[in-house]
Amino acid sequence: MVEKKKTTRRSKKPTYSKEQYLEWYTLMLRIRKFEERALMAYGQQKIRGFCHVYIGQEAVAAGIESAIRKEDAIVTAYRQHGIALGRGLDANSCMAELFGKETGAVKGKGGSMHFFSAEHRYFGGNGIVGAQIPIGTGIAFAEKYKGTDNLCVTMFGDGAARQGALYESFNMAMTWKIPVIYVVENNGYAMGTSVARTSNVGDMWKIGLAFDMPSESVDGMDPVAVHEAFEKAAKHVRAGNGPYYLEVKTYRYKGHSVSDPAKYRTKEEVQDYKDRDPIKMIEALIIDKKLATADEIKAIKADVKAEIDACVKFAEASSYPDAEELYTDNYVQEDYPFLT
Amino acid sequence: MARELTLRDALREAMSEEMRRDENVFLMGEEVAEYNGAYKVSKGMLDEFGPKRVIDTPIAELGFAGIGVGAAMNGLRPIVEFMTWNFAVLAFDQIVNNAAKTLSQSAGEFRCPIVFRGPSGSAGQLAQQHSQTFEAWLANCPGLKVISCIDPADSKGLLKSAIRDEDPICIMESEIMYGYKGLVPEEEYLTPIGKAAVRKEGTDVTLVSFNKMVLEALKAAEELEKEGISAEVIDLRTIRPMDHETIVNSVKKTNRIVVVDESWPFAGVSAEVTYEVQKYAFDYLDAPVVRVNAADTSLPYAPTLVDAYLPNPTKIIKAVKETMYVK
Repeated sequence: MVEKKKTTRRSKKPTYSKEQYLEWYTLMLRIRKFEERALMAYGQQKIRGFCHVYIGQEAVAAGIESAIRKEDAIVTAYRQHGIALGRGLDANSCMAELFGKETGAVKGKGGSMHFFSAEHRYFGGNGIVGAQIPIGTGIAFAEKYKGTDNLCVTMFGDGAARQGALYESFNMAMTWKIPVIYVVENNGYAMGTSVARTSNVGDMWKIGLAFDMPSESVDGMDPVAVHEAFEKAAKHVRAGNGPYYLEVKTYRYKGHSVSDPAKYRTKEEVQDYKDRDPIKMIEALIIDKKLATADEIKAIKADVKAEIDACVKFAEASSYPDAEELYTDNYVQEDYPFLT
Repeated sequence: MARELTLRDALREAMSEEMRRDENVFLMGEEVAEYNGAYKVSKGMLDEFGPKRVIDTPIAELGFAGIGVGAAMNGLRPIVEFMTWNFAVLAFDQIVNNAAKTLSQSAGEFRCPIVFRGPSGSAGQLAQQHSQTFEAWLANCPGLKVISCIDPADSKGLLKSAIRDEDPICIMESEIMYGYKGLVPEEEYLTPIGKAAVRKEGTDVTLVSFNKMVLEALKAAEELEKEGISAEVIDLRTIRPMDHETIVNSVKKTNRIVVVDESWPFAGVSAEVTYEVQKYAFDYLDAPVVRVNAADTSLPYAPTLVDAYLPNPTKIIKAVKETMYVK
């Protein structure tokens, strides 16, 4: 049952519909532009706190969303703006959240690390490395308990994969055949520590083998490859076979967070990945296959720019939450007697 | 009508009644199903509810607590049993960083209606790692509610309330009190979270306690009665939110208070009670607040050391006399 892929899975580039390619392209571009503007706003001190951007990893969000259903759940860590946008949270609420405004996705209470949306089946936005692995397992457990065929995509980074929470979750998910797709976004570095320095086992997809879990490695710089891998995994999981584990090999162009100059890697390494940039690649493919004209691409770029300009304006124009909001959303109980 | 039940039977009734009432309630933990519970609290529940709803987990506190949190966020109402709260320390990340924060960090998008329960405190000569109390640790954290009670009837009513509550709740029981008997009503009832109970009325001194130390306080009160000292005994039942009103009203009547608390003294429950009393009943106090805690040490194995560590009636009586300036 166990898949033993020795090499990273690459897209065979079958012809998907024009709409599909444009959907991947547009989402990736929206994430990229959103975060470039977020970094600018951070530089202007309009966004504070921790801020981890997804730039370079957009193909992962795009390929997952096209392969799963809206009713499926996603939970991820704190590098999460792109996942939230992919889920369908609107740019206004996301940017306003970064600004800490009351119109934000979570009313200015979460910031960069914590967007949530019940409507979009988006379970955050979690700040403790690896803690979302059992949570995602539990979200999927509830789907099985309720008898749906929904699944939960549980995302984590290569650093989180070294937490004991992963071992415990993989073990129970496989034992109980829980409908979860585990995804390690292997961007090569746990903050400043390279994958090679955190384990004797360099191939992260092999972690699943200890649990007899179907496990594969995927090219995370290609949304088509990600899409295909997730489509296959989702089919397996929905059929009641239990979890599936995908190592998505990706790369972040920026540091771990805005305060990280990323001196632990070479310019050449970063450039190698930028040369395989998923947005440029899909744009070239669209033009090459004549799926859209240069003018159509230009129009998409203009739309995205307008959306991002508008969301920054929206965030700037919004108000900070009132101080009274400090005491809301701590307990569901309305008359909870806080100590004052 | 009431009948006599042990604490374990009362807790089982609470869980079983709520599981019959709401199919989204389920129980998970180590040995809860086929073994019928490490302390037989869940005895027979697998037979009634089946393996979908009474779930044996591997020894993985962090993992199954987190699965509970995720399931609660996604519409279920898990009861997560820890074999002891000492082992739950491995799961504190999920309790403190996730269950307690879900509502706040999602600004109400998601709730986490989960019950974490299990025994806590010393249970004989179990030595350092199996004898700790965690009320103060968890009650410190906003987002959580903390219950600690061994009265069978109240424990049943509180557990039922906790299972229906929309907030995450930690319940501390006691290994050595699972066989403790009390009268439990046959008809359905709920016990309110956040309300203390006056176990014995009195006029000269207030004894505030919780969990099994309430019984030590009651024994002390009985002895004091023989000497003509009338002690009022309050069982907090819920640690967070704490029922300060009942404590303060009692102190206004007795003008003296001794806090009897099995947890360590530093930044513990007794310190919290003391703060509230000095703030709201300062002018009513005829003596400083005195507390009788577990020793400010780890709990070793030898019986003499266990005796020296724990609060007991002798220590409580001494403390009461201190507040009354009598010998």
